[in-house]
Parts: sequence; structure tokens; C-alpha cells
Amino acid sequence: MLFLIIKRILLGFITLFIVSIITFVGTEVLPGDACTTYLERQAFGEQLEACYRRLGLNVPAYERYISWALNAIQGDFGYSLSGEMPIKDVLGPRIKNSLVLASAAIFIGIPIALILGIITALWRDKLPDVAISTVTIFAMTIPEFISATLLILIIAIWLEWLPGIVIVPTDVSFLELLPNIILPVVAIAMIMTAHMARMVRSSVIQVMASEYVQMAILKGVPYWKMVFKHVLPNALLPAINVVALTIAWLLGGVVVTEVVFNYPGLGRLVIESISNRDLPTVQALAIILASIYVSINLLADLLTLMLNPRLKTLQIRK
Amino acid sequence: MKVDNIYKEEKKSAFAKLSEIIITMASRPSGLIGLSILVFHIILAFISPYIAPHDFKAIDPTLMLQAPSAEYWFGTDDLGRDVFTRTILGGRTALTITFFGSLIALLWGGLLGIFCGLVGGKIDDVVMRIVDAFLSIPWILAMLLIVSLLGTSTEVLIPALGFFYGKGIVRVARAATHDVIAKDFIVSARARGHSNFSIIWNEIIPNVRDAILVEGAMRWSWMLLGFSSLSFLGFGVSPPTPDWGLMISNARGLMSFAYWAVIAPIVGLSSLIIGINLTADAFAKALGIDRSTKAPV
Repeated sequence: MLFLIIKRILLGFITLFIVSIITFVGTEVLPGDACTTYLERQAFGEQLEACYRRLGLNVPAYERYISWALNAIQGDFGYSLSGEMPIKDVLGPRIKNSLVLASAAIFIGIPIALILGIITALWRDKLPDVAISTVTIFAMTIPEFISATLLILIIAIWLEWLPGIVIVPTDVSFLELLPNIILPVVAIAMIMTAHMARMVRSSVIQVMASEYVQMAILKGVPYWKMVFKHVLPNALLPAINVVALTIAWLLGGVVVTEVVFNYPGLGRLVIESISNRDLPTVQALAIILASIYVSINLLADLLTLMLNPRLKTLQIRK
Repeated sequence: MKVDNIYKEEKKSAFAKLSEIIITMASRPSGLIGLSILVFHIILAFISPYIAPHDFKAIDPTLMLQAPSAEYWFGTDDLGRDVFTRTILGGRTALTITFFGSLIALLWGGLLGIFCGLVGGKIDDVVMRIVDAFLSIPWILAMLLIVSLLGTSTEVLIPALGFFYGKGIVRVARAATHDVIAKDFIVSARARGHSNFSIIWNEIIPNVRDAILVEGAMRWSWMLLGFSSLSFLGFGVSPPTPDWGLMISNARGLMSFAYWAVIAPIVGLSSLIIGINLTADAFAKALGIDRSTKAPV
């Protein structure tokens, strides 16, 4: 058990290490470097030299990688090109804002997804399932920027209930942020809920079809007792992993949603730093977003391990 | 001689098999809807340049933001361009780029996955670690980085999308290969002394093909979603090329008084993505593959 946990954590770190190499090599082999892309047409002579010196680009690549990685582990990502600010000062408030957005969406989304998933599974192919499933398929296939744009058009412009665009400074306090984030939260929660509800549904359907549930039905166990005692605990376990993957996958979608709503989070920073060709910030963002992905998956794996008695005795999981 | 006959029979039935699959797909209402939407969009992409009523890039300030009328069915946008013309042309770039992108993704992802599943061991471990690492970089960040450094031409976008969306197929192909690798017919092929290449080509690919194709169909819809998100963010096709993502992002700022300019491309893009999704689902069901439990990796 302990061995398994340590192995998972180690694998997570190896993944992050490879990600750091990929982003570093990626920005290295692509034509142009941070200075030439940033300075564009002024990239010659004195200015270029000064930029190289300022960023330390005049030493070999592997030396730069080592010093960058050592600093990054301590949370120091160096200086951004355009803002002349330490990247970690830029990131701090952005991470906080994105966390507020994501956790609000998760806390609203997970209970709704559970309820919808269970309802659609228990009434499979009947009216509630067909109705809810149709809506969830629509919600999860339509691109984030379309559902967000439609939300703004209907709720903010036609009905005039809520502000459509977030106009607040980056380091705003939580209470001031609250009325502004309702629409972005709804936009993200909608897609996430749809994904999770589909997975809960298929997981419950699988367990309902299993032999021990058939056995319980034949034994005459009351329906709802069987659902809550026998089906749900077993059905929700595998769903944890899938839910984690969905959350992680949505990191990309959050970027787009933040842009649509002009929300000052990590996602808009991604777009801003890439538009400004600010490669040091892009590297920092890549490693941070990858860490979020890896840790969510790790957490889900560990949670499944803790909750699943069958896996406790297993040595190596395939 | 006998062996040749068997192969010939199989080849003859390939077309019959395909039509059988399509009939099975169309026998469910969701499959029929999906297929018809997809076919409609493909036909539209082919004929739209010939049926477009106006010039898609003709700018006319006197016609700015006109409401839908008999002359301009879907109204005009902020530069006085016909929204109907731009909407029916708007799917061509996206469809072409993502179709060829998915083919590339299928090819390299499928082959690498089969290879890893077959050889196993150290090589497999290393490749899967790298694939995992790529999976943990958000797609949007990677795509934006590639596009902003290499440009947004078709020659860059197709391989970039194909490369980036193929990594998930590696996993599926590898898992499918693991399922068949221990079966008796592989063991007997080895015993007959067939080469690795012959085993992959004659024994493994026919057995994992379905799983990989279904995954590829699904990737197609995700790739379309990714590509139009790029266009929406201003990193996809460049103006004045008509493209739904670009049209939505342009018309978004003015949608409080010209909602038609944003509704038309929204309907176009959403219907295409839903069409591909329903088709992919029906395709999976027709082949007997349940992909409802899979996460969108």
C-alpha cells in the first residue's frame, strides 16, 4: 500500500520533469528565442546583446535549464519579459482568481452531476434519461466559447440580470469578485457537470448490470436500499478517476472561458503572455498547469486506493 | 491457393461491410441525425463557393450591421459583409484542416500505440512516460505556443494538430493491442515464424482497427473544437478568410444590437460538432465498442 503510494508520487514527479524538459526544449528548438521574438525588428546589435545578458541567454542551454529548474522548484520563475516583474508576483493573484472560479464550479458541479447521473442511470432510456441526456450531450459537445457567448447574450444582454463581462482589477477582494463570477462559474460548471453526469451514468449502469446486484434483486432487497447500499458505493469509485481527468481536461476550456468573460485568471495570462511573446512566463505557466493536472490525477488515484478495499492488498496496479 | 481465395472473399466484402455499418448507424435516431448533419456539412463545404450569393470579403460601409432581409438572409456584419455567405463558407477551412489532422493523428498515434503494446518492456515504459507528460500540458497552451512561434498557415496547423491530438490515440491503440497480444492466433503466428511486421499488419491491425477508428472519429470532434477555439482567440486562420470561430469573436462585441452576426456562425459550428459527435457515437455502437465510460483525455 505504502509502496504503491510512493510509486505514484514518484511517477508524478517524473512526468513533471519530462514536461519541464519538453517546454524548455520546445521553446529552444522553435525558431527564434525569447529575445528575438520579444524585440522583433529591433533584434540586433546592442539591444539584443543587452537582452541576452539580462535573461542570461548567453550561457549554454543545459546550464540554463538546470538553473531554471532549481529556481522553479523554489517557486522562483525569474522575470517576465514585458512586465519587468518577477513572474511569481504576476502569478500569485491570477492563481487565486482561477482557484476561486474553478472551485466554485466544482462545488456546484459535482453534486448536480451526481444527482443527474444517478437519475439518468436508474431511469435508463425512459423520459427523464432521454431529456437529461440530450441536454448533457449538447452542453458537453458545444465549445466553451459558444456556450459562454450564448450565456452573455441571453442572461446579460437580453434579460439584463447579471454583468456580462468582468471588469475588476487583478488583485480584487473576494467579496467584490462574487457578483462578477456568477456567469463564468455557470459557464464552466455547465460543461463540467455534463461530462461528469455522463460518466456517473455509465458507471451506475455497469454496476446495476453486475451479477451481485442481480443477486440482490432476486433475494428481494428493497430497491432503494439496494441502490444506496450496493450500487452507489461501487459505482462512484471508478467515477473519481474519470472526474479528475475531466477537471484536468477542462483546464484548457477554462482558458477560453476566462477570455470570453475577461476574467483576470491564469487563463487570460496564458493568452496575454503568448500574445506578448513572453516565453519565460509561458514556461512557468506550462509547468504550473501541468503540476495541477498531475496532482489532481494523483489525488484521485490515492483517493481510489484509500476507498477501495480490494486495491489495498494489490501490489502493482496496471 | 486456398488461402488466396479466403483473402479475396474478405476484400470483396469490405465495401459491403462498410455499408452494413452505415445502415446500422442510421437505424438509431441519434445516429441518423448525426449522419445527416455531417453529410449536409460535407456537401455544403464542397458546393458553398458555387452557391454563395455574395462576395465573402466585399466590404461595404453603407451596409454595416443590417438586420436579416430578403437580400441578406442572415444580415450583415460590422464591415457590411454578408453573414449568410460567410456562414456557409465558414466550415470549409475547419473541416479540411481537422480532417487531415485527424488522419495524421490516427496514423502516428495508432502505429506508435501498436508498436508499444507489442514490444513492451523498457521502450514501452519510456514512450508512455513521454506521452503522459504531453497529456499533462493543456492542449490550448501547447497549440498557442506552436502557432505563435511557427505561424498559422495550413502547413503548420495540420501537422501540429495531428501531432498533438495523436497522443491520446497512442494509449487506446496500446490498450487494444494488449487485449489481442495474448490471444492464440498471435501465438500461433509467432510459432509459424512470421515477422513482427507481418504480425502487426495481418494479425494485430485488423483486430485493433475498430477501436482506433472510433477514437479517431472522437478526436476529430475535439480537434474541431480546439481549432475553432484557436480561431476564436485570434490564433487560427487569419482574416478575411471566413471561419466560424473568427466570425464569433468578431461579432461578439457588437452582439447587443447585431445578434444575427453571432448566432449564424454559432449554429454552424455547434451543429457540425454535434453531428460529428453523434456520428462517432453511432459508429462506436455499430462496431460494438462502448466508449461511454472513457474520459476525454
